[in-house]
Amino acid sequence: MSRGRLLHLFAIAALAAFPLAGGPFYVELVGKVMILAIFAMSLDLLVGTTGLVSFGHAAYYGIGAYALALLAPRYDAANLWATLPRSILAAALAALVVGALVVRVKGVYFIMVTLAFAQMAYFVFHDTDLGGGSDGLSMSFRPVAQLGPFAVFDVSNPRHVYWFILAAMVAVAAFIRIMLRSPLGRALEGIRSNEHRMRSLGFSVPRYKLASFTIAGGLAGLAGYLLAMQGGFVNPELISWHQSGNALVMVILGGRGRAHAGIVGAFVFVALQELFQSLTTHWQLPFGAAIILLVMLLPGGVLGGVARLEAALAARAARRRGAAGLVEEGGHE
Amino acid sequence: MDIASLLIQVLNGVQYGLLLFLVASGLTLVFGVMGIINLAHGSFYMIGAYMAFTLSSLTGNLFLAIALGIVLSIVLGIALEWAFFARLYRRDHLEQVLLTYGLILVFEELRSLVAGNDVHGVAMPQALSGSISLTSVLSYPVYRLFMSGVCLALAGGLYLLIHRSRIGMMIRAGASNREMVQSLGIDIQLVYRVVFGVGVALAAFAGMIAAPVSSVYPGMGTQVLIICFVVVVIGGIGSVWGALAASLLVGLVDTFGRVLLPNAAGLSVYVVMAVVLLWRPEGLFRRAA
Amino acid sequence: MKKSPLHARRILGALVPIAALCLLVPASARAAGPKLKVGFMLPYTGTYAALGNAITNGFKLGVAERGGKLGGREVEYFTVDDESDPAKATENASKLIKRDQVDVLVGTVHSGVALAMAKVARDTNTLLIVPNAGAGDLTGPLCAPNIFRTSFTNWQSGYAMGKVAIEQKKKTAVTFTWKYAAGEEFVSGFQEAFEAGGGKVVKQLWVPFPQVEFQSYVTEMAALKPDLVYAFFAGGGAVKFVKDYAAAGLKTTIPLYGPGFLTEGTLEAQGESAQGLLTTLHYADGLDNAKDKAFRAAYEKAYKAEADVYAMQGYDAAQLLGAGLEAVKGDTAKRAQLVAAMEAAHIDSPRGAMTLSKAHNPVNDIYLRRVEGKRNKVIGVAVKALADPARGCKL
Repeated sequence: MSRGRLLHLFAIAALAAFPLAGGPFYVELVGKVMILAIFAMSLDLLVGTTGLVSFGHAAYYGIGAYALALLAPRYDAANLWATLPRSILAAALAALVVGALVVRVKGVYFIMVTLAFAQMAYFVFHDTDLGGGSDGLSMSFRPVAQLGPFAVFDVSNPRHVYWFILAAMVAVAAFIRIMLRSPLGRALEGIRSNEHRMRSLGFSVPRYKLASFTIAGGLAGLAGYLLAMQGGFVNPELISWHQSGNALVMVILGGRGRAHAGIVGAFVFVALQELFQSLTTHWQLPFGAAIILLVMLLPGGVLGGVARLEAALAARAARRRGAAGLVEEGGHE
Repeated sequence: MDIASLLIQVLNGVQYGLLLFLVASGLTLVFGVMGIINLAHGSFYMIGAYMAFTLSSLTGNLFLAIALGIVLSIVLGIALEWAFFARLYRRDHLEQVLLTYGLILVFEELRSLVAGNDVHGVAMPQALSGSISLTSVLSYPVYRLFMSGVCLALAGGLYLLIHRSRIGMMIRAGASNREMVQSLGIDIQLVYRVVFGVGVALAAFAGMIAAPVSSVYPGMGTQVLIICFVVVVIGGIGSVWGALAASLLVGLVDTFGRVLLPNAAGLSVYVVMAVVLLWRPEGLFRRAA
Repeated sequence: MKKSPLHARRILGALVPIAALCLLVPASARAAGPKLKVGFMLPYTGTYAALGNAITNGFKLGVAERGGKLGGREVEYFTVDDESDPAKATENASKLIKRDQVDVLVGTVHSGVALAMAKVARDTNTLLIVPNAGAGDLTGPLCAPNIFRTSFTNWQSGYAMGKVAIEQKKKTAVTFTWKYAAGEEFVSGFQEAFEAGGGKVVKQLWVPFPQVEFQSYVTEMAALKPDLVYAFFAGGGAVKFVKDYAAAGLKTTIPLYGPGFLTEGTLEAQGESAQGLLTTLHYADGLDNAKDKAFRAAYEKAYKAEADVYAMQGYDAAQLLGAGLEAVKGDTAKRAQLVAAMEAAHIDSPRGAMTLSKAHNPVNDIYLRRVEGKRNKVIGVAVKALADPARGCKL
């Protein structure tokens, strides 16, 4: 087994072991971070892979969350296995509809249009009587993970919830990895690097973009569902443009387009937030400054910085080897 | 709704729209001429309002405070452009979005440090604090009429600046073809600095003049920013005419939306935006400064 | 052997989560020490900041008057600023309950936040005392043995004003408030009493919370020409609305009524525009009882500021908790006894005599007040010993 894969397994094992060591507040927190990681990974599919900068991705996150809250009956517990696919579908459907409308829009207009549609979703939940308005909706009961006679796991047990979220995150990462290796994934990367060339090669670019948008929306909906399941509470701020903005920060923090950028980005983002919050009540000041510095100095994100570092190290090693080789060859002569 | 109330609501909508225009015009100019998407533009509106609050408490006179505030905001705009925004030209849109997003957080927190988090009121000048009776039950505050008048005057001034002055010609040229302007030997850097300074000053002035009728509160910048985005997108990036038309449209839709569709008040403006975008993806007035 | 360039990135992808986790694993031991842990979850920033501070001050005054101890135990305070944001409510409540492990949670002002808090309190069986939020659900469908309130329900104040309007022979009304749980409940309480007495609410106007741009609504009210306008706003919104209403000349043409919050803590800023306004609330200035006079004097001395209804509610929260803890000698583990003692308490409140309903909501007189100068002077009792109907509560 390669070193990389071993390290992955080690990371997953460490995350899985965490609830046995950490207190309940922190188990919940890390669970939230993993949910954000799924959200960020879904956005990176759009931004990093396809080159579509969406400033309204939180809409699908929120729709996934609200779907659970709305599907849950008032005086009974919903079934997780029944509501989860439906919520993902609802988010994907919303993404499909919006995507169909925006996929032909270019450049900065795309950013603005996606923002506009997210704001529409925000106001639907904030102003109308569909949800609980600005106060949000609270579920009386958590969903039940019942499959026929089997209670697959206990949703009221925070550790089980944590492990379910971890499993979901790993599954999403694997799914994206497989997708990127498929013809669809390669086409999306081609679109990001040169749209015109893809078009001249006969690809229907809007259709591929739409596929990417829809899949990303569905995955974001999954993240939203998990959030609603974990907390039992949804509100319109899940769809606010701050949420969309934060997701973009996570993507660029991780290193857009790189494998696992979403996961790295989410963890670093929350770690930075917690760090600054523990230092001062005015934490948004160093946090905003950190974002600015990051984008200025390290636009490739954490993973990009690492890549640059090891490329520099490898070049240095190669130069040394090359010089040594010349001396050797000279000697052999 | 009877005719008198209808007309008064139109007046309300136009007044709100004119105020939006001041903020949106700066945003669209910066975008059209400099190619920079600046999320922190709403913060300038907020900075203006807080300046009005602090300066009028210090000097006791709102007009004096506004005059001082204009000078300060022009200085602020030029300083910001030189120190920070000048580095954004070569960045792609995502990076500009994130950089200016970070800037919003910094501004909000600085405001919190300097002026606290309470909601403040700004005293209206005595001379303008009366109301004019319009119907048997309703009067209209004189100050709001004054505000609309000032905004109209500024709109006129902006038109003269852009269409009848030398620097306006450079601005228009820069908006349509940046490289050509530079190769003609015009100092594009100076044009950018002027545009940015004017944009900041306009937004700050809007905040200052609106302060007596809106409260001064945290988050007021981001609220106005999002609406201005809508205005700029509907009107067309880079077009000041477009910004004017779109501001008035948004002002009217928002005002009537609130009373006719209380369940969809916030939604109405975005529905209009979506419709315009689907019909004309680049805005109503395209790129014509 | 050449290392793959993807290698280090993979390592980092694995290590970053681990490193982040190491920063977070705390040594959290459950400390059941001698000190009573009280957690304040209140707004200390934003439009309701003054209320959060007043409640905190009132509570601490109540504790100080008991020698700094409740049930014989010293009190340790934990605070979280909830920013009146329902979105962060669950997280904030979790911070106090799960991270700081408080014995009692006290909060909050905003009803939406309080509802989320109550949910967490119910899930974790933490004792919760609500010193302001008037959402009916807290002592309605969400009522629980561990949830108490020392303030009011929005319905109580609205209902009382509806009765007053009928007594004043008004026939038509327009209601106006923020579209959130609290606003809806004030209006529904008012509407219930008003329409039961033969009045009619011709239109309900709503503005999204927390917006304060009222111009178009004020125009609409004038167009409808009702006998009265019933409006609820609090804090900065109340200041702005009352001023806008007066600036539009409506103050003299269409009488404005509202719950006490419209003029509570805002009279300095509202000035002339609020003079003569009638409001209903379970508290007022100029109440003729000894406890109130003593309370106001003590508050003024301790904090150099005038006591208000929020401070009074915080003070009563300390009184209620103190009464309960005295009965169990400070042993919070004896939850059932503690709750029973709190339920049975007769609180000598600055508002007058106060008991708790079966749903744990205060039962007290609702006063009618008029703004005179910088005070909300009591001019009568709107409804005596009004209890909230607690619809949906199973206690």
